[in-house]
Amino acid sequence: MSMLNFLVRRIIYSFFVLLGLSIVIFIIARIMPGDPARMAVGARAPQWVVDQIREQMHLNDPLPVQYGYWLADAVHGDFGLSLVTQRPVTADIREFFPASLELVLVAGLLSALGGIGLGTLSARYKDTWVDNVVRLFSYAGVVTPSFVFAIFFVLIFAWELKWFPVIGRLSEQTPAPPVVTGLITVDSLLAGQFGTFLDALKHLVLPALALAMGAIAQEARITRATMADNLSKDYIAAERALGISEREVTGRFLLKPSLIPTVSILGLDIASTFSIAFLVELIFNWPGLARYGMQSMLNKDLNSISAVILVLGAVFVVVNIIVDIIVAQLDPRIRLSAARSE
Amino acid sequence: MAEQVNLSRGFAATITPQQIAQLERASRRENLGRSWYKFSRNILSVVGALTVLALVLLAVFAPYVTPYPKHAGAFVNFAHAKEPPSSQYIFGTDQIGRDIFTRIIFGLRSSLLMGVMVLVLVVPVGVLLGLVAGYFQGTWIDALIMRTTDIFLAVPPLILALAVASVLEPNLWNGMLAVSLMWWPWYTRLVYGLASATRNEFFVSAAEVTGASTAHILFREILPNTISPIFTKMSLDVAWVIIIGSMLSFVGLGVQPPEPSLGTMVADGARYLPDQWWIAVFPALAIVVVVLGFNLLGDGVRDMFAAEGV
Repeated sequence: MSMLNFLVRRIIYSFFVLLGLSIVIFIIARIMPGDPARMAVGARAPQWVVDQIREQMHLNDPLPVQYGYWLADAVHGDFGLSLVTQRPVTADIREFFPASLELVLVAGLLSALGGIGLGTLSARYKDTWVDNVVRLFSYAGVVTPSFVFAIFFVLIFAWELKWFPVIGRLSEQTPAPPVVTGLITVDSLLAGQFGTFLDALKHLVLPALALAMGAIAQEARITRATMADNLSKDYIAAERALGISEREVTGRFLLKPSLIPTVSILGLDIASTFSIAFLVELIFNWPGLARYGMQSMLNKDLNSISAVILVLGAVFVVVNIIVDIIVAQLDPRIRLSAARSE
Repeated sequence: MAEQVNLSRGFAATITPQQIAQLERASRRENLGRSWYKFSRNILSVVGALTVLALVLLAVFAPYVTPYPKHAGAFVNFAHAKEPPSSQYIFGTDQIGRDIFTRIIFGLRSSLLMGVMVLVLVVPVGVLLGLVAGYFQGTWIDALIMRTTDIFLAVPPLILALAVASVLEPNLWNGMLAVSLMWWPWYTRLVYGLASATRNEFFVSAAEVTGASTAHILFREILPNTISPIFTKMSLDVAWVIIIGSMLSFVGLGVQPPEPSLGTMVADGARYLPDQWWIAVFPALAIVVVVLGFNLLGDGVRDMFAAEGV
């Protein structure tokens, strides 16, 4: 019950954060020099058309009123037309979001497995060469921007070794599966197209890895630090004294409490993965939301920019709530203290 | 002799202000020496400091240390375009025949300027807001400032920075502005935590009951106790800001051509992969070196402050 209470409060609060974000976005969209009505109809349209559009877009009203209209439309899922694709922004987002989601989910999976795996390895073999190699790798991962990784991966694994394709989600000759979820890996499995599934997976590896490198490095560092810290705790000494095998101590009693900070950071990392996807999708020509967002930004397409940022804000908020739930599951202290305060 | 016997009790009476100042100076010198010792004990921190120093010197004296200073601008030499690294052009030449080494050194300027300027813009604002919100914890001022901070922290800074940069005229200064607009909340949140813990200390209450002004309490009582975490965060943030800056210029929202910047050079060079790999690879490595240098230095600064007073 208390967990539910906590969740409800968290969701209501997040709603206000998103409302605040919508104000920030609206302000950003309005600080741009130039007349939005003129940009909507193009430079050659006659003035009376522009005036008519101005009236239609409520641009003659005071800013708070304009915000009200904009928000009312946005809540109904209407962000207007995209200047670039000439389609409703909502339709664009529906089309491009699954591609980004698939990429980010795979990247998140890679960073969770890679980060926790390497971190555990590093802590288990602390101060040996294994530890040193992992630490060196973590450092390199933290200091290298994702787009640099992306370029090196393309150069080495796609061009030189030809292990992976360079761009896109599927090869040209591969039949695309019928769209159910929009995630090609899932859809191809649903349709039983195993070849398509493999091809999609091959296309995912490099961009997902480029996205995940920073997060893998960061998680490995944090897992190692917490584990090394917990290793010197009394309860571990007690378990060892009781004769529990070293493997069981690490796997059963050390890992779980040590994952709490890692999971918290993982949530933040997945959210920021969406933001670095803006560059990585561009490099791999990945038809996702981030590339769409980046193209709208480069074309000053305000309707799509606002929608993309708001959608990503909502994703960020949802991810954080999920992380809170997982952390509460991992940490009995949080559950118990919530129950006690009830 | 009598005075010396009473020294422990009459200490404050017999010591002059000049002596106090002298003692303070000596203790400060000792602290500085100790900090340096802690910093220099880790060889990586020293490597980081030297790297940063070398990069700054190269950037400042770019016109004198580069072989072809003219290539930093709108220079064209198709006869030598896309030449691989050689003794004449150690990192090769780009698609219109400019020396890549020269352009990297000049490109350092905007990266370093970005790293420094963003923090100069962001830290005073973020710290001030954090101090005020922390000191007036529980009031509407706290609520207003911290809830605004939450909104800005609700989206990864890169996305909002890209959005702001995209609606403004693309250039280095607007890029800095965009990154700064998204960066202050991190300092506000850091200082808020520290300030709201410090406001309950006895020395703050003492200042309050003796009628000290709010400004005095904020800047003379609370601020000094938040300085080392702020410095630590700043030293670690320079690297992040430089990364974000390079990302902005990578997508074309930062420094505009023909002015060189590392991100733009990587983006341009990426079009000539894999055959003319050097056009993208060397600027990319340069970014890694810059970020690595600042990161090592930042870690050293963190260790220095973290160990203080332990």
